[in-house]
Formats: sequence, C-alpha cells, structure tokens
Amino acid sequence: MTFTFKVNGKSTSVDVPADMPLLWVLRDVLDLKGTKYGCGIGQCGACTVHVKGTPTRSCRTPVQRVQGSEITTIEGLSADGTHPVQRAWEAVDVPQCGYCQAGQIMSAAALLARNANPSDADIDTAMNGNLCRCGTYLRIREAIHKAAAMPATDANAASRTGKSDKN
Amino acid sequence: MDTKTPVDRRQFLRVSALAGGGVLLATYIEPVANASARLAGAPKTAADFQPNAFIRITPDGSITIIAKNPEVGQGVKTMLPMIIADELDADWSKVKVEQAPLDTVKFQRQFAGGSTATPVNWMPMRKVGAAARAVLVTAAAQTWNVPESELTTSASTVIHQASNRKASYGELSAKAATITPPDMETVKLKDPKQFTLIGKGMPGVDNHRIVTGKPLFGIDVTMPGMRYAVFEKAPVFAAKVKSANLDEIKKEPGVKHAFVVDGGQQLQGLLGGVAIVADTWWAAKSARAKLKVTWEEHPTSSQSSASFDAQAAELSKKTPMRSLRKDGDVDAAFNGNSGAKVVEARYFYPFISHAPLEPQNCTAHFKDGKLEIWSQSQLPEPGRALVMQTLGLKDTDITIHMVRGGGGFGRRLNNDYMVEAAWIAKEVGVPVKLLWTREDDMQHDFYRPAGYHYLKGAVDSSGKLVAWRNHFVSFGDPERMAAPAQPNTPLPFASSAGIGATEFPARFIPNFALDASVMALGVPTGALRAPGSNGIAFATQSFIDELAAAAGKDPLQFRLDILSNTPISQDPGPAGAPPGFEAARMSGVLELVRDKSGWGKTALPKGTGMGVAFHFSHRGYFAEVVQATIAKDGAVKVDKVWVAGDVGSQIINPLNAENQVQGAVLDGIGEALGQEITIENGQTTQSNFNAFPLLRLRQVPPVEVHFKITDNPPTGLGEPALPPVVPALCSAIYAVTGKRVRSLPLSKQDLKWA
Repeated sequence: MTFTFKVNGKSTSVDVPADMPLLWVLRDVLDLKGTKYGCGIGQCGACTVHVKGTPTRSCRTPVQRVQGSEITTIEGLSADGTHPVQRAWEAVDVPQCGYCQAGQIMSAAALLARNANPSDADIDTAMNGNLCRCGTYLRIREAIHKAAAMPATDANAASRTGKSDKN
Repeated sequence: MDTKTPVDRRQFLRVSALAGGGVLLATYIEPVANASARLAGAPKTAADFQPNAFIRITPDGSITIIAKNPEVGQGVKTMLPMIIADELDADWSKVKVEQAPLDTVKFQRQFAGGSTATPVNWMPMRKVGAAARAVLVTAAAQTWNVPESELTTSASTVIHQASNRKASYGELSAKAATITPPDMETVKLKDPKQFTLIGKGMPGVDNHRIVTGKPLFGIDVTMPGMRYAVFEKAPVFAAKVKSANLDEIKKEPGVKHAFVVDGGQQLQGLLGGVAIVADTWWAAKSARAKLKVTWEEHPTSSQSSASFDAQAAELSKKTPMRSLRKDGDVDAAFNGNSGAKVVEARYFYPFISHAPLEPQNCTAHFKDGKLEIWSQSQLPEPGRALVMQTLGLKDTDITIHMVRGGGGFGRRLNNDYMVEAAWIAKEVGVPVKLLWTREDDMQHDFYRPAGYHYLKGAVDSSGKLVAWRNHFVSFGDPERMAAPAQPNTPLPFASSAGIGATEFPARFIPNFALDASVMALGVPTGALRAPGSNGIAFATQSFIDELAAAAGKDPLQFRLDILSNTPISQDPGPAGAPPGFEAARMSGVLELVRDKSGWGKTALPKGTGMGVAFHFSHRGYFAEVVQATIAKDGAVKVDKVWVAGDVGSQIINPLNAENQVQGAVLDGIGEALGQEITIENGQTTQSNFNAFPLLRLRQVPPVEVHFKITDNPPTGLGEPALPPVVPALCSAIYAVTGKRVRSLPLSKQDLKWA
C-alpha cells in the first residue's frame, strides 16, 4: 500500500505493508539510520521521533497511522547539528556508546519545546521512557539544563517552538 | 615511570613517504629476539613489521591518527589518539581520527576487553607520539641548519625562537619522510607536567556524528542489493532443528530464502536454527511470526533455576570438590577459640543479561570465495578464526571492518552473531544484514553466571577477623572439578564462573579456606562488565559487613583494620595476570571515600543510611559509599553515591573517566535493583526490558567521583568501579532496616521495616 507523509519537511511516499512500523520505514526504506531499534515494544525509547511535534515510539507506530503526518527524525532536528539540545549534548560530552542518544535528544527537544525551563523533576518525568544502558543519565540531565539556557540559533529548530524560529 | 611492558618485546618506529606527499609514521612491536636478529643483519620479512599505531601527516597540514581498537562506548577511539597527539604536540582540534579495520598484520592487540587499553597502550602510544615529534624536529633542524636543542613544538608546528622561524608539521612532512627515526626505548617523553591534552577532558571524537544521527553503528551498515536476515534458534541452547514449515515461509511476502542451519554443540559457535532472508527486515520478521519449528530433544532441557538452587544446597553440605586455597586452620579457629563469634551465611546472585542497547547484528557479503564482514565485535580476531573454521575459509579470504558498537559490556566478546551472518551470507551470495530481535538478544546471551557462596567467618574477642571459609558453588565440569588438580590447566569452571585463589580477603586472614564445587550447565555464560568481581564483591563485602557487626565495629574501620594486617604471602599473581592487590592503595581510596562522604559524621534521618564497600579488579582500586532511603514498605531509593578510585598516576581523559565511572556505578545499581535471568526447562524466561528492567532516569542518584592520584602506571576504567556499589547499597539497606540482603535482585527481597 502507498502511504504519504512528510519527513523532515520533505513530502514522501512509500509502498509498504500497512502494519510496517514507522521505524523500519525510516531506517530500511528511507535510509534514515539515525533512529534506532532497541526493543520493539516501546520500552526503551531509542526509536523516538516527533510525529506532529509529539515524541513518538516509531517501533510501535504502524506506518498507516502517520499517513499525512509531519515527522521529524534526528536527521531533521537541525540542518547541521545546531539545535540547542545537540549542541548541549556535545558540550557536556553526554554519549558513551551513543546508541540511545538520538532517541534521548528527540525526547529532550520535545520537552524543551513545551517547557523552556524544566526542573529536574520535569526532566525525569519526560525522559523516564528513554533507556541509556551506558548510564549517561547524569549528563543527560545536565545537558537538558544547558540546552534550556541556550538561545536557539538554528532556523530549522522548528520542533523547539513548534514553528520556524529565527532567534 | 615504568609500565611493566613485557621486557621480551621492543617497540620501533618506521617512517615512510606517503604516495601523493607527506609522511606515514608507524610504530611496531616485535620480540627482542627477532629485533636482535634483524639489527644483526638478518633478512627482513614482511611479518617483521607489525605496526601498533599509525600517524599520517600530509603537506596540507592534516594529521590523521588511526584508532586501532574496537569502540563500544568505552571511549578508546578518543583516548588512544589523545595520547599520541599529546606527545606529538599536534593541534587536537585539527586531528582526524580514523577507525582501523581488523588487520593483524598492520596492527596488534585489536580488542576491547578487560579494561586493558590503558595499561597495554599507555607507554607504546606515548612513545610513538614522541618519536614522531622527534622526527619532525630533526627535519626542521636539518632544513634550517640549527641544533635540535633550540627547537620547540606546539600545535602541529616546529618553532625556532632564536630566528623567529616556524614550520608546520605539514610543511615538514616531505623532509620528515627521509629522517631515520630515533630509538623508541630512549626517545624523550614529556614530563607529565607538560601534557597539553592528557589530563584535559576531551569530548568523544564521534559525538557530532552521534548527535546528528549519522550512520555509525553496526546496525546502520547498508550496501547496494543488501538483504535482511532473521535467525531463529532453539529456546533450549544448542538444540537442533527437527523440522520446520519452510515451504510455507518461502511464500510469505518479501521472503527470498528460508533454510535450516544445522549448527553444532559448541555454545560459542554456530548453533542450529532457521534463517529467513527477505528484502526488508520487517518482511523477514513478519514471516518468522509464522514459522513453526520442531526442535530435537536436548539433554539440558530439564535444567532450571530452581534445580540449581536445590543442587547448590546439596553440594554445600558435602565435602567440596576442590580446595583452591588453604591458610592456617579454619576448623580449629571456628571450634577452638571460645571467645570467637562465628557467623554463617549463604549468598546468592542470579544470572543476568548484558542487554546492550544495540541488539546483536552483523553484515556479511560472500562473493567469489571471499567474505567481507562488518562487525562491532570486541574480539574480532577470534571472530575471524571462528568464521574460518566454521565455513572452511582461509584468514586471507576474510576482511573484517570494525564498526562502532552500541554497547559491549562483554557481550561482544563472543562472535556467535558473526558466524551466523557469515553462514547465511555464504548461502545467499548477496550482501546480508543479520539483525537479532531484542528477544533473541536476551534469550541467547552469554549470561553473567549465577553464583552461590556458603560463607563462615569468625571474629575473636577483640573484634579481629580470624577465620574465613568460602565454599563457592558455581558452574562447570563436576567430574573434572572433583578429580585431582592438574598443573597448568585452567580450573574447569564455566566461562566467568570462577574465582581466584588470591581474591580478597585471601592473604589478609590467618585462617582461610576457599573451596569450590560446580554444577553442569547448558546455559551459555560469559564475561559481563567486571566479570567474576560483579558477583564476588557482593558476597564477600556483604559478609565482611556481617562480621563487622558481629565484632561490634564500624564497617569502614573494620575494613581498614583487615587491610592493615600484614599479608601472609606476597601474591604477584600468575604470569600475565593483573598484579596483586596492594593493601595500601585500597586503604587510600577507603579513607578518601570516608572523608568525601562524611562517613560516620553525617546525621541521617530515620529511614536513611549509608553503606560502604571496596573491590579490586582489572588493576583498579575502588571504594564506594552509598546513601539510600528505604521506605517502610521496602521501596529503595538511592540518594547518592561517593566513589574513590585509584587507577594510577594519570587520568588520561577526565571527561570520559567520570562518564565511565558514573556509568559503571549506575550499571551496578540497575543490576542490584531488579535484574535477573531465570532458567526454566533449559531456556531463558525473560525476553525484553519489561521483564528485565534497566535503570531509568528517575532512579538515578548523583554519583560523585574522586580519583586518588598515586605513583603507579595508569590503568583502565571500564570495569573496576562497578563491583563495590552493589554491596555498598546492600549495606545501606542493612543500616536502615537491620535486614541483610543475601540474595539479589532487591526487587525480590522483603525490605519492609517497622
């Protein structure tokens, strides 16, 4: 079946089974490898993308459910890695193995888009569904606070405010 | 500062011109015997030249340093090049780090395991950087006709201050290619005070690619015409396929191949199963949902966690199969001393899974008798050997590309996924990516083995620990364990299920006995971060706490008292093994963590307590204090962890060092809180994170990390911070509830208190 939706601002059509999870459409059909497979049951958050700005577990989202939707993946969070969350992640040196970090960053970006200055408790609540097997959690908290304090410099950092932001 | 580099090997530098301009500097290590023969004029063979590191400098000034070891999150891809770059005085911001392929002709010791990258490479990498710098200095001296002693280097530039001349390494690279390199044994190294990178935190070299979602990991490998494979193995390990509905599966959408793999009985090798290859992974997985396999009977299908518990209890009452160590007379100490207090306890820790977040996968392409493999293996060289043997290939027919791994923790020390992908690729003839599901990964792991410690100890009337016996009931080959010991033969324990005869508190107690018995096991086991130690520390340190309580002593001071005993023998450890335990270094970190945590000086509210523990593993000394709050209903909240570690004279990359230590501590807390793999009917019960919980952000306490810098060679950090946190947490629970945790995980214990 053919499904049409927008990925990172680009209109896209795919001919795949209706029950194929968005994760595998992104990875194996559209060759967007940044979104990761971890558990397949929505337990780990490695597959987190934004669907209409909402952090969504793409491993549990059949492609038919995103027909006509706007999807943002880690590759589309910013044009060149300048989203505040990405910059903060680098500045704090969050990653160890790095495998979960795309999902962490997408959840963090969504949090900051709705809560510009989250407390530790807000962060813990928003990020509790994202597992980091290496245990970089303390730096994830630190980097989110750091990102919250940064001005958004990237014009494509749409998911931070839900609209184009040139500040 | 000596690194205890084996004296029978020497390091050399070779300098050569690069095609297209520039210089290639390669260091290599060879046995002294070979080197002597070569220096005496013996003919040189290609095999003589086995580089351990590469530096490429091109006329445009770009400097590339090859990272030779697999990166699975331990930070080695950043750390080893940093060491070279510092001694080289290279401008780090412009250094490009490139991952080496597996090439045992070009490189040596390309593996990730045992926290060994630092102790093995610290001096060799410094020497290569220093020797390369010396070559560039000589090149400048000859160009300007000035004495080398007047030259300095900084930021990839040689400087002659007196004449105000400067030349970049790029400008000097052509000349450098003509210079005879200095003797690596005598090349001048920096005074550590002159380090510009070492000791300054450097973010991971792949960070930008990680945060922008670039394809970096094994699972991201893709090739034109590539197909996707799933592989269903027997739930009972190594059972063979009797029959499968292959004809039906072949008709499923997208399926290109479905076939039975016979496999063998070697748990580390290729096991039997059914492979399904399709044009997408989702198609292969969807077809697999309709797969019906009948498996052959297997002799281990009656094994279960409950049967192991029962067998261990039986074995504990019998004469142990093997004595591993005996000092003094424990029986006399337990029976004869009227003032002694004797304590007995059984400690148990379960099987646990590695659960790296990237499930096992491997991409392979077999064409014209040659096999190309992309793998995150921590041990790629043995992986190649396994593939060679299984597929009947020569090592020269196999190329292995080392790709970043989404976590290792010891799981990728085995190469089962590699041999499966190779087998399937040979069968289908096109590039194929084998990807396991999370369920495959959890149900076909090489688990941290469960263990049972039957402990008995005594403190005398003055509160001194005078006797200790441990009957360790583990897994292995019972017949061989019960037979007389064979010299120079490894003990017949299952992988990572053993215990060392020097394991603390051995040597520090006058009457000491360590005995072992084992049970047969059909479940694969293997090294999990701090193997052995991650369970043994829980049992021994917790029991020391019990003895401290019996002695009426402060648990931290009681430990310092034991460490102050003169060791009854010096134990450097067997050849090739980590050096023995130095009590003074452990006392040092114990005192440091006491002071940093405010141990014994902090008034804590009711319901909150502190626990302490230490452990020596992988050459590292770690002592940790955990503060935890236990609710009356038994809910455990870890409030804070203080860590003191001694890994020698230099923390090479403090930014990563802190990350590794915090990660290890949180890993240990996660294991203790809720992780357990149970076996029923010879198979693993748990299959995903809903039944095998990893630590989540809400459970994460602050972890304060302190390093005690000592005059010892720098050693590794991936593992040794993990073991102490488990018993320290359990001791904190005791401090609050008065209940001893003698069995893990905590989620299964009744920790309610009144």
